[in-house]
Amino acid sequence: MTTPLLEVKNLKKYFPIQKGFLRKHVGDVKAVENVSFNLNPGETLGLVGESGCGKSTTGRAILRLVEATAGEVRYNGIDVLNARQNELRRLRREMQIIFQDPYSSLNPRMTIGEAVGEALREHGLYKGKELKDRIIEVIEICGLADYHVNRYPHEFSGGQRQRIGIARALALNPSFIVADEPVSALDVSIQAQIINLMMDLQEKLKLSYLFISHDLSVVKHISDRVGVMYLGDIVELASKNDLYDNPLHPYTKALLSAIPVPDPKMKRNIIILKGDIPSPANPPSGCKFHTRCPIAQDICKEEAPEFKEYQKGHFAACHLIGK
Amino acid sequence: MESKVMIEDSQQQNIPKEQSIGPWKMVWIKFKKKKIALVGVFILVILVLSSVFAPFLTPYGQEEMNFTNINAAPSREHLLGTDNLGRDYLTRLLYGGRISLMVGVISAFISVTLGSTIGGIAGFFGGRIDNVLMRFAEIVMSFPFLPLAITISAVVGADVEPETKMYIVMMIIGGLSWPGLSRIVRGQILSLKEQEFVLAAKALGIPNYKIILKHLIPNTIGYIIVSAALGMAGAIMSESALSFLGLGVVPPTPTWGNMVQNARNLHVLRTRPWLWIPPGIAILAAVMSINLIGDGLRDAIDPKSNN
Ligand SMILES: Nc1ncnc2c1ncn2[C@@H]1O[C@H](COP(=O)(O)OP(=O)(O)OP(=O)(O)O)[C@@H](O)[C@H]1O
Ligand code: SF4
Ligand SMILES: [Mg+2]
Repeated sequence: MTTPLLEVKNLKKYFPIQKGFLRKHVGDVKAVENVSFNLNPGETLGLVGESGCGKSTTGRAILRLVEATAGEVRYNGIDVLNARQNELRRLRREMQIIFQDPYSSLNPRMTIGEAVGEALREHGLYKGKELKDRIIEVIEICGLADYHVNRYPHEFSGGQRQRIGIARALALNPSFIVADEPVSALDVSIQAQIINLMMDLQEKLKLSYLFISHDLSVVKHISDRVGVMYLGDIVELASKNDLYDNPLHPYTKALLSAIPVPDPKMKRNIIILKGDIPSPANPPSGCKFHTRCPIAQDICKEEAPEFKEYQKGHFAACHLIGK
Repeated sequence: MESKVMIEDSQQQNIPKEQSIGPWKMVWIKFKKKKIALVGVFILVILVLSSVFAPFLTPYGQEEMNFTNINAAPSREHLLGTDNLGRDYLTRLLYGGRISLMVGVISAFISVTLGSTIGGIAGFFGGRIDNVLMRFAEIVMSFPFLPLAITISAVVGADVEPETKMYIVMMIIGGLSWPGLSRIVRGQILSLKEQEFVLAAKALGIPNYKIILKHLIPNTIGYIIVSAALGMAGAIMSESALSFLGLGVVPPTPTWGNMVQNARNLHVLRTRPWLWIPPGIAILAAVMSINLIGDGLRDAIDPKSNN
């Protein structure tokens, strides 16, 4: 068995809700409740779930862009959440992030060269001519041209901006990348290019991805394993084929049944979930999914199901699996 | 797949290879297209130049009196006549511009410095600091400006040298007009802080002070410049209003505001309009031109108003 590159254990992030002049603490948005997974070197783990289920917060807490409330994150054995300033700085070179919005993810007042070179300069990795060469090298492997370095973001299309965002993340030569819905804001025609670029880069640079998306078809294309999130919890985690061909959790089944299929004559049973996602500030008792689950029983309201391995490498949290 | 690649390629061609337009150059290009704003620049330049070069434009000194020729009507020697002490009125108008414009610039500077610092701190640190600073801003803002300025000026400004009085006036105006800007800057910083490029910088290990200097400030500076321009116009108006009530900069130092004060006398108002119309026009021209420039800048800086 390979040793995992990244280990996430019982990660939790609550955003306090404060009210009034004295900012009294009146509750929490339980954005991430209990998330655990491993990521192996060179692997892509897809993370799917409806809007607001805590996917971005998970990615950001791992990178310490928000401070986790509890839990453990180990990168190559290093305790990320308790890393001191210096150690964290070192970790920044290893763990990077790509964002969703190609507009707000680039500083409009910085040229492409400045954006890509900023971190190289900050970490003192290259100087003078070498710095220039490195910037050009990085933007070229991301499919941009050397003369783009002096351009500003507003001169580029959405797809190109996303390439710039990828180049900026790759400049420090990281091994792990959180890709937070990197193609959700792009035209379908451009999406495939960016996905292909990411897969090429993964092979060339031996990258590991945590690939966040709400689009199950995109995730299926790029991932090795997939985790499904609901209201701050991972409810099912399995290899891609196991998850798509043999989903165990009712929520996963519902999500998969709603994927559009190319052949309209194919027989499908779309499972429609009733109601809206409950508020993460006030999640339902027991199994959080019970308010919408088509097969919920009495026990579901009272007891939270355990996250268990049902088949080799196939985890899920539901009382009624196999019953 | 073939056709998809072509789409991206054709988009690449939209960018001319030779030259790139930086954001500030872009602002200038857009500003240049606003003819009305250019008129504002033209008027303001004339006002500034004529007050700066006042000594070369008039043979008289600003306090040079001639008691044999008081209250004269406009003539060849005195284009705008003389006042009740026989001083050349055009000379006083030119020198008055220096004070009025300077009060505008310095008051706006005080207001912008206070407003952007307080707003920036509140927005960046958030939480309790934000809460306290913004309540303070609201308190300052909730006082009606003119009555408060009049009161302060009357209390603090009594029995002081005219020069000191001038600085007091600047501080009153600057010290009371920053809350609006502080709220704008705070809002800007708050929303910028959540922008993904700031998170990206954090993920890259860029330290906080560099994030503030390179990512936050450059993206708010446009609003600050516009607000400085509009604040300057406001300050000139406020100074005029205070001076008109005799509570601003006091004679013998001339300002456009205390020159308009002549209109308070009904006799002068009717029979010697050259004493109050020219300074009135000067105030109007200054305020209007600065506002035109400010509006033009606002449109030019707004990245959403492309082309
Ligand atoms: N800084 C914050 N302060 C307070 N609440 C937050 C903050 N960031 C996120 N949340 C809340 O946490 C929950 C999870 O948000 P998150 O952005 O992680 O969801 P997501 O799965 O990425 O959704 P999306 O698909 O919309 O991006 C949401 O209810 C959101 O409102
Ligand atoms: S535990 Fe109950 S409510 Fe939750 S998914 Fe399973 S059946 Fe549905
Ligand atoms: Mg998200």
